[in-house]
Amino acid sequence: MTPLWQYLALGLFMFTTGAIGVVVRRNPVVVFMCIELMLNAVNLTFLAFARYSPSVTINAKNQVQSWMAGQMMVIFVMAVAAAEVAVGLGIIMAIYRLRNEVDVDEMSTLRG
Amino acid sequence: MSNQILFWLMAAVAAMGAVGVVAFNNPVRSALSLVVNFFVLAFIYFSLNAQLLGITQILVYTGAIMVLFLFVIMLLNLGAPQALQEKRDIKPLLGLIVGLGLFGILLSQVVMPLNFVTRSMARDDFGTPQAVGKTLFTNYVWPFEIASVLLLVGIVGSILLAKRRI
Repeated sequence: MTPLWQYLALGLFMFTTGAIGVVVRRNPVVVFMCIELMLNAVNLTFLAFARYSPSVTINAKNQVQSWMAGQMMVIFVMAVAAAEVAVGLGIIMAIYRLRNEVDVDEMSTLRG
Repeated sequence: MSNQILFWLMAAVAAMGAVGVVAFNNPVRSALSLVVNFFVLAFIYFSLNAQLLGITQILVYTGAIMVLFLFVIMLLNLGAPQALQEKRDIKPLLGLIVGLGLFGILLSQVVMPLNFVTRSMARDDFGTPQAVGKTLFTNYVWPFEIASVLLLVGIVGSILLAKRRI
């Protein structure tokens, strides 16, 4: 059986790579890909913890089965990521149409 | 033991895909590295007994979201090499140092103290479509409906942003 920390280490590596990419890259589409990478790293961590934590039903009223909470979180992260990508890529398209260039470092119109 | 070898193989491929997303200059190559990463990640989900989420990973991420990314790259014509040259300055070096620091600190302070956990305690069928669906449509039905409203707002918003004239 694979120990838990190996899954966590892979998730941490992916998250760190995505964070570096968000800071370093200037192409907004690649920045979005790095955000997706970070979200997937978090999903992997959720699933690893869900697999390795005990499967007991803690609530006295038997309402929330805590052993499924990690997977539910992953499902909702996926839904939010899909909505976020659709809206974000729409914003990138709108900016490209407005200014005919996409460079994160040049988009400083809102700077006070 | 064969479990371990298989996991390390998949983890190595996923890590290389993740590095490729950041390292490639061409955004199309970054997108294809991301496809490799997501696909291998689905098999890592399978190794965690989360079958439904692994299938969802392949369908939603490698299927839908990556097609959307490639479509936008094509529409913006970012695939041309001269379109956006990365500047050579202090930023990549600084980002690498900060990232390595983050990785080291979290690995030593958060991940390694958990290295005594080796036995999985969840039930073996916790990731089957039956178990996930039953929980999703009973205890989590209210967040599920809110997520559907969020997706509807996302659809309307992206159409509104991408349309030329409303």
